Amino acid sequence: MKIEMKGIEKAFGTNKVLKGVDFDVHSGEVHALMGENGAGKSTLMNILTGLLKKDAGSVKVDGKETIYTNALDAEHHGINFIHQELNNFSEMTVAQNMFLNKEIKNKFGLVDQKKMNQESKEYLQKLGSNIDPQSTVANLTVGQQQMVEIAKSLMTDAKFIIMDEPTAALTENETDILFKTIRDLKKTGVGFVYISHRMEELWEICDRVTVMRDGVSVNTYFTKDVDEKQIVHDMVGRDIGDYYPARNPHLGPVALKAENLSGGKFHNVNFEVHEGEILGFSGLMGAGRTETMRALFGIDKLTSGKIYLEGKEVKLKNPSESIKNGIGFLTEDRKDEGLIVDQSLEDNIALPSIDGFKKGWLIDKKAEDKFADMLIKRLTVKATSNQVTARSLSGGNQQKVVLAKWVGSGSKVLILDEPTRGVDVGAKKEIYELMNQLTDRHVAIIMVSSDLPEVLSMSDKIVVLYEGKQMGVVDAKEATQEQVMELATGGK
Amino acid sequence: MSKTKKKFDFSKYMALIALIILVIGITVLNPQFISPSNLLNLLRQASVNALIAFGMTFVILTAGIDLSVGSILAFTGAIVATMILGGTPAWLAGLIGLALGALLGAVNGLFITWGKVTPFIATLATMTIWRGATYVFTGGNPVTGGKMNTSFFFQFIGQGYLFGIPFPVIITLIAFIVCYILLHKTAFGRKTFALGGNEKAAFVAGVKTKKLLIIVYTISGLLAALAGFILTSRLGSAQPDAGTSYEMDAIASTVIGGASLMGGKGRMSGTLVGALLIASLSNGMNLLGINSFYQQIVKGVVILIAVMIDSQTQKNRE
Repeated sequence: MKIEMKGIEKAFGTNKVLKGVDFDVHSGEVHALMGENGAGKSTLMNILTGLLKKDAGSVKVDGKETIYTNALDAEHHGINFIHQELNNFSEMTVAQNMFLNKEIKNKFGLVDQKKMNQESKEYLQKLGSNIDPQSTVANLTVGQQQMVEIAKSLMTDAKFIIMDEPTAALTENETDILFKTIRDLKKTGVGFVYISHRMEELWEICDRVTVMRDGVSVNTYFTKDVDEKQIVHDMVGRDIGDYYPARNPHLGPVALKAENLSGGKFHNVNFEVHEGEILGFSGLMGAGRTETMRALFGIDKLTSGKIYLEGKEVKLKNPSESIKNGIGFLTEDRKDEGLIVDQSLEDNIALPSIDGFKKGWLIDKKAEDKFADMLIKRLTVKATSNQVTARSLSGGNQQKVVLAKWVGSGSKVLILDEPTRGVDVGAKKEIYELMNQLTDRHVAIIMVSSDLPEVLSMSDKIVVLYEGKQMGVVDAKEATQEQVMELATGGK
Repeated sequence: MSKTKKKFDFSKYMALIALIILVIGITVLNPQFISPSNLLNLLRQASVNALIAFGMTFVILTAGIDLSVGSILAFTGAIVATMILGGTPAWLAGLIGLALGALLGAVNGLFITWGKVTPFIATLATMTIWRGATYVFTGGNPVTGGKMNTSFFFQFIGQGYLFGIPFPVIITLIAFIVCYILLHKTAFGRKTFALGGNEKAAFVAGVKTKKLLIIVYTISGLLAALAGFILTSRLGSAQPDAGTSYEMDAIASTVIGGASLMGGKGRMSGTLVGALLIASLSNGMNLLGINSFYQQIVKGVVILIAVMIDSQTQKNRE
């Protein structure tokens, strides 16, 4: 069996995410899809499995043009997508999950739990797994949950299994078991599409690899014919152009120094950022960058480590204390933690500074109003009034409102976690210019970003994390994308 | 920039319009409704529920709920009455009662924040506990008589008049002004709105969310105790089953007044109107001689209609 995708295009609004992608996979092979975040890998697979509709291009299964209407339809035709976020119902048993919507019924029309348990067990045993079908999914490890998903695919007689970063949350041991399972299934003729960020897995488990970048399939290789360097080059090889404004940093003294920060997902992270500097944090998803920043700011707990502001050690137990110490934090998820979307721009912008507007017991509403207007103007937020809700603005303007909050609170150290995510190109550039303006005013910026060209162009120095460990600090002027990518994927 | 002309926000005045229609309607059917004496009576009837509803407004704004207010009312009322009988000056007993109410509210807040129990369950539990405690404390009998009949201060709180206005109405008016300012004019109020709108974003923006929640439930407990003191004084006795299901009227007043149980949305003035609407409904139906069994049905229907209209207009705006 063979799936061929040709010239696939897809746009979300005006944002073109796939611009003509070619990809094919046949029975009995593992075909890897590599690419940076946002390259379009998941979108491509969502089109194949009917979750999204393509705008142009063809999908042929065994030479026949095919469109699946939804994921269930794709499943019936033997194509299973195991998502990164496993779609299990965690409070139900393994067997109940496996037989969801296809429950076996007895002659009274009631669910035959016993038979379902038994059959689940058989499928799991075929994979060499002895997971108890009666245990609740919540009690399984992520690796075991994945095994359940694979067993589920086998139940529907899967011919192709698509896996999106299956090893992201697995231990080494679990990864070995997964790879053995994949190899065994390969022999029986199952084909795999394997989306991954881990370079070394290419040669361990994959037969072919297609590299995607910015919605285009760049190259397809047999893994035995290609090396890491070539793949990295294909992944990042785009021209940055003059998209990014020039950095002219004038560094002052050290504004913030972090010593041996450790927490749940990061260990012994060390860095310092000077006044007027932009310190980039690079790494793959799940490398521990966001977690480090959240703990630094006092949202989550640090298990150990010291933080110095202007040379003095500080304890930042909660965001309130961090703000008092002149730190601001633009979070990764703007709607979840950055904004109160149904409240006005004024309310949002003034919130971290609200205690500063007290005049006796009451709030000086006029001063607050002026403050909001001043910041809206300074950050060029496009809005008809400071009373409109944050929800009514575009992504870029929403991001500027969050920035306005932290500029207004007088941040001397500003942490920006993915500052341009979900922001259109024009607003992106404005945000970069604002960052330059801020550093000209001696603000120290820490920027977490998954966008390599952005990190390289806007940072002065870059800290690279991989699986919670600090792989190195590189000078952004001299570093190449390949170097950073190599560190970020666990290379030397 | 902020001077742009605001469109007339119809939904904001929905409860007020409903109240006016109701007043006109009942008056047409029975003109006695708007006689000064009946209106003063209505306001006095509204005061206990209104006080509880003011506290409930803070709570509901944070996306919480306080089911324990009726039990706090009864428990503090019984304690205050017993103290007065035992010879404690009425003003001191009253203050202790208020402090106790605040404390019980704070306990709710502690269960919710540090105990991580959802507000519904936490206050459902304390509702049962304090009701039980009231029965244990009173042996199931009303606390009445003795100094409660002779203390001028005690009687004045619930039964007195100032400039011809029932004193409970004056207390409620003062409480309204204080709550209104607290909610709409202070940093505390702004943080309450922020927390209700998005707790995570509020926390990241430096709001000490746990502390704030504890204060909010403390206010609710305090106002419940104040309502308890007034009710005890008005009746001249502390009933162990006083305040049963008062939480429902308070929630209804708040919701009719435009607050959302999802938090982040609501107004103190709306709650006042909601409380007046509920009181007018009961008072008016009594005047019209409608059986109290039917009254409950009508009240339920009114709540449903109010909230349905509100969520519809909400949808249209989005």
